[in-house]
Amino acid sequence: MSLMKRLRLIFSAKANKALDRAENPNETLDYSYQKMLEMQQKVRKGVADVATSRKRLELQMKQLQQGSDKLTNQAQQALAQGREDLAREALTRKSGLAGQVSDLQIQHAQLQAEEEKLTLASQRLQAKIEAFRTKKETLKATYNAAKATTTINEAFSGISEEMGDVGLAIERAEDKTAQMQARSGAIDELIASGALEDKLALGGGDDIDRELASLSSTTDVEAELARMKAASGGEVTAGEAPKAIDATGPDEAAVDSTVEAERTKEEP
Amino acid sequence: MIVRILGEGQWEVSEALLEVLNALDQAVESAVETSDTATFGPALTALLDAVRSQGTRLEDDSLEDSDLILPPSDASLDEVRAMLTDEGLVPDP
Repeated sequence: MSLMKRLRLIFSAKANKALDRAENPNETLDYSYQKMLEMQQKVRKGVADVATSRKRLELQMKQLQQGSDKLTNQAQQALAQGREDLAREALTRKSGLAGQVSDLQIQHAQLQAEEEKLTLASQRLQAKIEAFRTKKETLKATYNAAKATTTINEAFSGISEEMGDVGLAIERAEDKTAQMQARSGAIDELIASGALEDKLALGGGDDIDRELASLSSTTDVEAELARMKAASGGEVTAGEAPKAIDATGPDEAAVDSTVEAERTKEEP
Repeated sequence: MIVRILGEGQWEVSEALLEVLNALDQAVESAVETSDTATFGPALTALLDAVRSQGTRLEDDSLEDSDLILPPSDASLDEVRAMLTDEGLVPDP
């Protein structure tokens, strides 16, 4: 038998099983309507759950992106100070993060697709619920014979099929979300455990920061020394002064020391 | 004849198209039986496209049941196989 007929039989077998449980046609109508409302709750919860997972992924992507931007800055600073080795290290870390980000982007697109599917399923179900509510009251009002039972059962098959369809969509979305939550949990754990800490610590001072800072404080000292020597009319050693003036590092360090000075002033 | 594509909705399809659909369906079914994932995807897409392009979409508020039911467009071979078993993926109403 063809695949499409087999699938159809599976759906109708499930509908018949549900019908058998009902004592009389009126009960079938109320039971079905109740089930539809429950299903609508489920699909709405499904949409919300997928959206939560999607937002979590967005946050992680943002964190990874910030980490990546910071590594770019570090690489530029390192290069400006002639530290190619440090720049290379920063860029290597950055490419590791880029892999994570593109993985998350794929997952994000999948979650968006699931969210959209469930939203559409919810809209279709809502339309059917409204149609069925009207039909239910009409059938109840005219119900008088076995003939009505057939009509009722037909209506039930239609909505039962829809509920099977929606139920399946919810289960599939849940499975996908669960898989992604496990993976995104792993990324959170990596961040928390410190494996990515150096790459993600924002403004917090990782090893590259420390090296850059010590480089700029060295050039600061040399620059000040050169100025003092010049002011006192002493001889400036060739090679040191130009290096200090060209360096880009001192600005940041100067701001730091100003902040430090103000902090000291505020203290009683 | 009414055909449902799971996850999408229902289409009214002319009886004349049944032969075409059966042939396309056969390709999907044999891909599932032989676990031929390379053939499965394109075969399923061809089957669903035939329904979408030849059929007329039913309104969302239609309460009719379908004569044929087709897997969702993004279903994997394993998922379709599981759907075809009685205790498979299709939830009880």
